[in-house]
Amino acid sequence: MPDRVLRGGFLLRCVAALVAGLLVAPTLVVIPLSFTGKASFAFPPEDWSLRWYRNFFTSGAWAESLLTSLQVAVVVAVVATAIGTAAAVALSHVRFRAKGLVTGMLLTPIVVPQIVTAVAIYSAFLTWGLAGTLPGFIAAHVVLAIPYVLIAVSSSLQGYDTRLDQAAAILGATPWRRFRRVTLPLILPGVLSGAVFAFVTSLDEVVIAFYLQSPTLRTLPVKMFSSVTVETDPTIAAASSLLVVFTTAAILLPQLLRRDPARSRNSGGQP
Amino acid sequence: MSHRIAARGAEVTLEHLTKRYGSAAPAVDDVSLTIRPGEFMTLLGPSGSGKTTTLNMIAGFVEPTTGRILVDGKNVAKLPPHKRDIGMVFQHYALFPHMSAAQNVAFPLQERKVSKAEVASRVSEALELVQLGHLADRLPRQLSGGQQQRVALARALVYDPPVLLMDEPLGALDKKLREQLQVEISRIHREVGTTFVFVTHDQEEALALSDRIAVFNNGVIEQVGTAEELYEQPKTLFVAEFLGKSNVFVGTAQGETLTVGDVTLRLPRPESGSRALVVRPERMRLHPDAPQPPTAGNALHGVVSNHVYLGSEHRITVELGTGTSVTVTETAAARSDARPGDSVWITWEPQDSSVIPA
Repeated sequence: MPDRVLRGGFLLRCVAALVAGLLVAPTLVVIPLSFTGKASFAFPPEDWSLRWYRNFFTSGAWAESLLTSLQVAVVVAVVATAIGTAAAVALSHVRFRAKGLVTGMLLTPIVVPQIVTAVAIYSAFLTWGLAGTLPGFIAAHVVLAIPYVLIAVSSSLQGYDTRLDQAAAILGATPWRRFRRVTLPLILPGVLSGAVFAFVTSLDEVVIAFYLQSPTLRTLPVKMFSSVTVETDPTIAAASSLLVVFTTAAILLPQLLRRDPARSRNSGGQP
Repeated sequence: MSHRIAARGAEVTLEHLTKRYGSAAPAVDDVSLTIRPGEFMTLLGPSGSGKTTTLNMIAGFVEPTTGRILVDGKNVAKLPPHKRDIGMVFQHYALFPHMSAAQNVAFPLQERKVSKAEVASRVSEALELVQLGHLADRLPRQLSGGQQQRVALARALVYDPPVLLMDEPLGALDKKLREQLQVEISRIHREVGTTFVFVTHDQEEALALSDRIAVFNNGVIEQVGTAEELYEQPKTLFVAEFLGKSNVFVGTAQGETLTVGDVTLRLPRPESGSRALVVRPERMRLHPDAPQPPTAGNALHGVVSNHVYLGSEHRITVELGTGTSVTVTETAAARSDARPGDSVWITWEPQDSSVIPA
């Protein structure tokens, strides 16, 4: 009985709950900490206040770094999704000998140690004048995010029937229109989760961003990293909580939007 | 009432069409064929015979190695599919799963920038044509296989293509539904006047639907003709054996006789050289005794080895003394009551047989 297998026994459920707890607990500790009234990391907090959030949003450096992070992550999500989707569609269409090699190259950013990538990008960007600039952050994070988009879109293309392309073609649709009206709507779940991965990858990337920072331009994780070494107040807990909220929202949003794709698309009104 | 009645079919001419993949034997080898405007032409053959490759070359999915494809005199061989203005129905429907039946049918019109109002009226007209007006808002997965194929048909016809290609469109359906849709496809063909090019490996389907049939084998066309021509006067052994059942006697012809071992058979016309005589099972009669007096026809003696009742007919296998066997079919109205073990005489008239080079 598949039902039985899926439901599992009591022991299995306990183990699952334990593992889930261990994975989530550290993240959850940081949220109460951010509401502490004292300038210490004592857990559990003795009294409650919003002072660290006030500090976060009123001290220019913190709020600015959050804004930089969000700007970079949004642009990275858009650019990496476009490039990664194009690459996935192209690779699914063609069959040539070097296909494996090309796929491998596109995936290297996840395989190569990030510190190596960081050093390489930093030295290149220094000569190109991109270090410490917004385009620099974006370009570096796009490279990191492309593999995630490629993987997500490729897997949804596996179930895609290429005969639909033939049908659309003979019905008069140009290649771009075929992609726009047939392929894209059908692989949209993969594209959306690729975009979420790209957004989150950029939002919490710290190694490359650390190299690329300038005194006036740094992302939130970099700001957090350097703040631990100089100051020890719970503003960092507030920053962490905000990061948790943003990433969780990014991951949950498409899930909520995608409840019933057929129905929502039907009522979309396109004839 | 309809603009569609005015639609006319195009003439499709294939000139020395060849498709080679690598160094293997060509999938399609120097095929030439003229399909008349408004004709229902079936490309019939076993799998791997080149019929589907030929269809895909007309559609533009496969580029010919050499040769030309003329649609009303214009060479389209180098055009991409979306510029050919040809309709196509696929074996597995290929409906867009995220669009309703009506949206699927509207697709080719929208790609042609037809106005919204006209799209709406032509979509409902096309869905009426296939009798699916009431299911316009269903998604493909909410429709049965037969209904999906009707939507595909409406989608392929809604923009009045002068040519409609069909790639085994009934292959995925069960027998009853298949026969129902055959009737419907015939009706639609008469109504719209488009040139239909239909690919199938099912000879019964080909006989039932087509104005003419091109029989494919090993990348070449063996014979083109009406169903009756192919059945009654096959030009090659392959055609004789692929369409219906045949009894084939191979021997040496001289004048109006064919010598097969120590038996002499009469031919419908004078021939010479190595020939095969083809006799359809329903053209043969069984008699308990030797025909008296000897007729101008053919008579062979044998013993009934098998009898199969098929409802509408009886199929009787007769072993000849020479070790070959002959199949005879009889209807209930002309039943000889021959049973296994019976000694029988098989007779047929020479004009009921055909001769082909062997």
